[in-house]
Amino acid sequence: MKTVTEFGYDSRIEGDVVYTRLDAALNWFRKNSLWPMPMGLACCAIELMAAGASRFDIARFGAEVMRFSPRQSDVMIVAGTVTYKMALVVKRLYEQMAEPKWVIAMGACASTGGMYRSYAVLQGVDKIIPVDVYVAGCPPRPEALLDALIKLQQKVQREPLLATLKRPGPAR
Amino acid sequence: MTALELAKQLQARFGELISEPTEFRGEVTVTVADAERIAEVCAVAKRELGFNFLLDITSVDNYGEDPRWTVVYELYGLGHRCHLRLKTHVSEEKSELPTVTGVWRTADWHEREIYDMMGIRFRGHPDLRRILMWEGYPYFPLRKDFPLAGKPSEVPDVAFTEAAPLEGGPFVTRPGGKDAIEREPRVRTPEA
Repeated sequence: MKTVTEFGYDSRIEGDVVYTRLDAALNWFRKNSLWPMPMGLACCAIELMAAGASRFDIARFGAEVMRFSPRQSDVMIVAGTVTYKMALVVKRLYEQMAEPKWVIAMGACASTGGMYRSYAVLQGVDKIIPVDVYVAGCPPRPEALLDALIKLQQKVQREPLLATLKRPGPAR
Repeated sequence: MTALELAKQLQARFGELISEPTEFRGEVTVTVADAERIAEVCAVAKRELGFNFLLDITSVDNYGEDPRWTVVYELYGLGHRCHLRLKTHVSEEKSELPTVTGVWRTADWHEREIYDMMGIRFRGHPDLRRILMWEGYPYFPLRKDFPLAGKPSEVPDVAFTEAAPLEGGPFVTRPGGKDAIEREPRVRTPEA
């Protein structure tokens, strides 16, 4: 019975096996299947739709499965003006998303309040939820959103996943 | 039939209550002297003069003047295609006038918006709640003495507000500067 496993050079399986770190493999799965939660609040949502349509085709980056349930989403794309009336709803939806979760603030309004220096508008969605990538523009073109998605993928790829995974046991 | 003729008819019906019609750029405006009788005037305008469509109700804050509020009714007749504007004044102490929801049902949301933004109440309104801001928001944000940046407030589990950073703005411009940085400074320093 053969007990030695050959991990060295083996000409029979060359080209079929890739060695990597578990972190990198899991992150690779994650980053190529980021399901967005389209938090479309204003005109940026139109550009978000364009990014999902045939001309720009967000499916090329594995993020075409727009989920309207926070429980099935990985990345919340806050596309538009966050009013104070909507702010706590956005926060609640973010809290309902399952870990791991990320946020893209799309456009000037979601990033900083934009031109709405006003009594009615939250001055940046990062006042209530953590933002991973900010996209400039009013509204940003779909290419800018795709660029933000690629930047988020790079960020996901770098995450020390195993070190941050929750260990089994009582909650701390 | 013109709007001016219709305004004259309204004036003939109510006499002193209705001011002489003024015309500006083809639009006719009359002022109703007593805000308490606005619903009565509106009812006649609809039933006898054919103004069957209420386009809008708006309000003006004449801050520092008395009476402080002007409420403006935009009337239109789909039959005769004439437009008439009614204005009436309400004092700040009173801040109340009769509703016209009994005349045009569409007045419901217009009056709620005015109540929400200006704080003018409409007596007899079927459901006078805020329409844009949430229940419990303590201010009336379209009043002239309310700062553009807003004020902090909080209704737990509903909504909160903070004052926005204006930094001398928004949209500060100073004409005559040699470049864009001078013409559109991010911050306006107070005049010495």
